[in-house]
Amino acid sequence: MSKPLLELLIAGIKFALVLGFVSVNALFLIWLERKVSARIQNRMGPIYVGRPQGWLQTAADALKLLTKEDIIPAGADRLTFVVAPAVLFTSAVLLFVVIPFGPGLIVRDLKLGVAYAAAVSGLAVISLVMAGWGSNNKYSLVGALRSASQMISYEVSLILAMLSVVILAGSLSTVEIVEAQSRIWFIALQPLGFLIYFIALLAELNRAPFDLPEAESELVAGYNTEYSGMRWAIFFLAEYANLFAGSALAVTLFLGGWQGPWLPPVVWFFLKTFLVIVVAMWLRWTLPRVRPDQLTSLGWKLLLPAALVNLGVTGFLVLAG
Amino acid sequence: MSEYLEVGLFLVASALFYAVTMFMASLVSPHAPTAAKQSPYECGEQPVGEAQVRFGPNYYIIALIFVLFDVEAIFLFPWAAALREVGMAGFIEMLVFIGVLLVGLVYAWRKKVLSWI
Repeated sequence: MSKPLLELLIAGIKFALVLGFVSVNALFLIWLERKVSARIQNRMGPIYVGRPQGWLQTAADALKLLTKEDIIPAGADRLTFVVAPAVLFTSAVLLFVVIPFGPGLIVRDLKLGVAYAAAVSGLAVISLVMAGWGSNNKYSLVGALRSASQMISYEVSLILAMLSVVILAGSLSTVEIVEAQSRIWFIALQPLGFLIYFIALLAELNRAPFDLPEAESELVAGYNTEYSGMRWAIFFLAEYANLFAGSALAVTLFLGGWQGPWLPPVVWFFLKTFLVIVVAMWLRWTLPRVRPDQLTSLGWKLLLPAALVNLGVTGFLVLAG
Repeated sequence: MSEYLEVGLFLVASALFYAVTMFMASLVSPHAPTAAKQSPYECGEQPVGEAQVRFGPNYYIIALIFVLFDVEAIFLFPWAAALREVGMAGFIEMLVFIGVLLVGLVYAWRKKVLSWI
């Protein structure tokens, strides 16, 4: 077989692996989220499908969704409505290219890794606006506009927090950033940077306490109100893929990536990532939803100046010390 | 360019995955549209008018400020990666650049753009 063809084949196998991981990961995370929520609220959560802990519940849900009718509302902008889930899903899958699961366990160590991650995750906004505008539903439109304004507001702080890590590592490659943390994790040098990144990540993912775009009590479900069946499932799949990827990037940038004593690197990576995810789920049931005005002032008046100061101080200390 | 082989393939393949999934779902799912089922969901009320309407300008202004700072972030990427090479001179130059943008932020702040009406 010729060389380019072989390369393409290997890339295809990598895609199949990522796709498999993304699907299983979504099934697991949804189950985990329901279990964690249930525990916090002193309930049992799913227990019947797949005893003892209901671990097959989400697989059963996925099968059920496959057989559900695909409803496209009257007056919808069909093209944007149909394409929107694909855009969100693609942006989530593309993020997995630069996530280092372990030494050598990365789809492709891009030289511009962090910049690439920021660029690709920015595509999610387009999908949500497409879904909201295309649905011909007022709830969807309001939800989409809210999530667009929220995501772009917090994206700047998110990128600035990433950049202070880039300054410390002196590289944009995710693998080199992990390797630069062999002595000390960057969370120790960048506690403020990590806090800003984590808050901005929750807002980027539209998760509580920043879940205004899908505020159930007022907006039904936000941008995906009109979606049903498999289209809706793809949205959900992408959301949980994004949750994993965002947490994995937090681990890569601040928590030393795969590095840790005794256990194999991959185990460390997953332990840390799931720790971040569980904290995000925990916060969902601990903090009340913020108001739109609180959201805007937190993003622009607190996080952005703090991130800029953090970046400046980091740069100065790196040059001076 | 072959560094981006995977990126290109992932882009095409995940779009393809979506198409295949939707096709398979269409094989096993029912299709029986009715006017009531297809009307936009508004908690049981009859929807009034289109949803593609005018909306508050606050969102637009937020997007404008975002463009300003996102462009700044793009310029900061190479600067951050090469900070040790550009040294103190490059650092101060970037401080001036950020300072100019901060004036814009302060202006927006004073104009009460950042406090949601």
